[in-house]
Amino acid sequence: MADIKKVATRVGYGEALVELGNERDDFLVLDADLAAATQTGMFKKAFPERFYDCGIAEANMMSIAAGIAATGKKVICSSFAMFAAGRAFEQVRNSIGYPHLNVIIGATHAGISVGEDGATHQCCEDIALMRTIPGMTIINPADETEAKKAVKAAIELDGPVYMRFGRLAVPVIFDEDYNFEVGKGVQLKDGDDVTVIATGLMVNEALEAHELLKKDGINARIINMHTIKPLDKEIILKAARETGAIVTAEEHSVIGGLGSAVSETVCEEYPVPVVKLGVYDTFGHSGPAVKLLDEFGLRAVNIAEKVKKAIELKNK
Amino acid sequence: MDAAEKKQLEITACKIRMGIIEGVHSAKSGHPGGSLSIAEILTYLYFKAMNIDPKDPKKADRDRFVLSKGHAAPALYSTLAYRGYFDTELLKTLRHIGSILQGHPDMKHIPGVDMSTGSLGQGISAAVGMALSAKHFGDSYKVYTVLGDGEIEEGQVWEAAMFAGNKNLSNLTAFIDYNNLQIDGTIEEVNSAAPIDKKFEAFKWHTITIDGNDFDQIEAALKEADTVDKPVAIIAKTIKGKGVSYMENAVNWHGAAPDDELYEQAMKELNEALAALIKE
Repeated sequence: MADIKKVATRVGYGEALVELGNERDDFLVLDADLAAATQTGMFKKAFPERFYDCGIAEANMMSIAAGIAATGKKVICSSFAMFAAGRAFEQVRNSIGYPHLNVIIGATHAGISVGEDGATHQCCEDIALMRTIPGMTIINPADETEAKKAVKAAIELDGPVYMRFGRLAVPVIFDEDYNFEVGKGVQLKDGDDVTVIATGLMVNEALEAHELLKKDGINARIINMHTIKPLDKEIILKAARETGAIVTAEEHSVIGGLGSAVSETVCEEYPVPVVKLGVYDTFGHSGPAVKLLDEFGLRAVNIAEKVKKAIELKNK
Repeated sequence: MDAAEKKQLEITACKIRMGIIEGVHSAKSGHPGGSLSIAEILTYLYFKAMNIDPKDPKKADRDRFVLSKGHAAPALYSTLAYRGYFDTELLKTLRHIGSILQGHPDMKHIPGVDMSTGSLGQGISAAVGMALSAKHFGDSYKVYTVLGDGEIEEGQVWEAAMFAGNKNLSNLTAFIDYNNLQIDGTIEEVNSAAPIDKKFEAFKWHTITIDGNDFDQIEAALKEADTVDKPVAIIAKTIKGKGVSYMENAVNWHGAAPDDELYEQAMKELNEALAALIKE
């Protein structure tokens, strides 16, 4: 475990855009004055003529993207999650979502791990907002490899896609052979006592939790739910039937995110205990990202605690 | 444009006004005032200016139209119907359950609608996106949009104007339907964006101010727009509710449907206007 490569998912996003730019010229990339941060700057550098900066006007950018898509061209637009999903929510809903246009929204700096910028920029509500838009695909990659594969898969989809990337460098856990399919959860570890369903940077924490729990004799199944919508109900219900308890883990509010989506599915189709780990209805604050993840309880050890609670509920 | 052609356009605009009243009356809701005000603009665009084909609504090189003031959908639908995109009988299903004619334009289901709109301020940005796409990919089509004078109170309109001016989108023409009324009153009473021309000019647009209910002036403005290497805003002074006496310049007809009696009166007035045009 000495030399774990750490890369932010936003970097994987930027790299994928450049690779796509080399493969095809039928799409445009937009940003709202955050290219250096969102990593669309990599694309801007490689293909300046195919990159358009809309300036600090996210609402306008979303509707411009819709207009481009309405002419039959693909378009990828970027800002921070807070402004892409939050500020421009209604443009995403009405200009992009309602006509089901081929716009990819590359939303970076999601979650508490934005760090020092603090609460105004730490968006823990974006998955909840985007989930309510009919026909929206939502993908939250766990590492650089998955981020790259997800971007390449997203551009082939029909309809809008919200992609959620992080600022913080996180361990690269998948290699090039890793198979990514939109809407298909990935079982990373087998287990029959409980299932941990994680997304984004919490996937690596879940893998670490698997090892921690093993020491306590608990065999936890680990699922990477990179696609929040459409949700892979099959893998969730299989886990509910076979393990009888579920813990969800996300760097997002426990209101409306992965935990809610999993709960809705389980409640309606095969009720078992679901314990949610996430941000508990609170704003973030400034600080180094890694310390904030500790403080907000978004670590393997916290997942392990929730797993024990879920097993307790299951055995009641 | 010779006299015969102008008369034909006036006849078409009159029929389009009837289609607006038919639709709104049947729906028992909708926005007749700001639909009637833009009948000449839409007539000229769809029957004279734009490169379109009702038999091939999605043809790749067609000129695009975005009704940014989406609540004037009855005017757009009536124009599309009389232009041959669908049967005029369909206008009577406006806003009915099961009808393709949604309360606001729906590009997914209505032939000839290039962009879904209705939430004010977003349509112009979409038109800007279309114009950008055309310029970038080397397509020669033009993009037209119509905004309301109330709509331009939305900040997004000026974000779009700033971008279009900076990117010099000369293939974009925006009409501002300057009828001076919005839901809560006159635009001065509510929150006027005047001077509208000076604002667009500040964002590097070319502006032309016309009587938006006059075909000669619409034609002259569009011809001028074609010669300008900038996005063009045509500030079209119009009469809200134009063509129906009791709706003209009356704020209460922004978003209300006539009852049966007033419907009969409106249709009588429009039929008389049509008869007069044909007789002349």
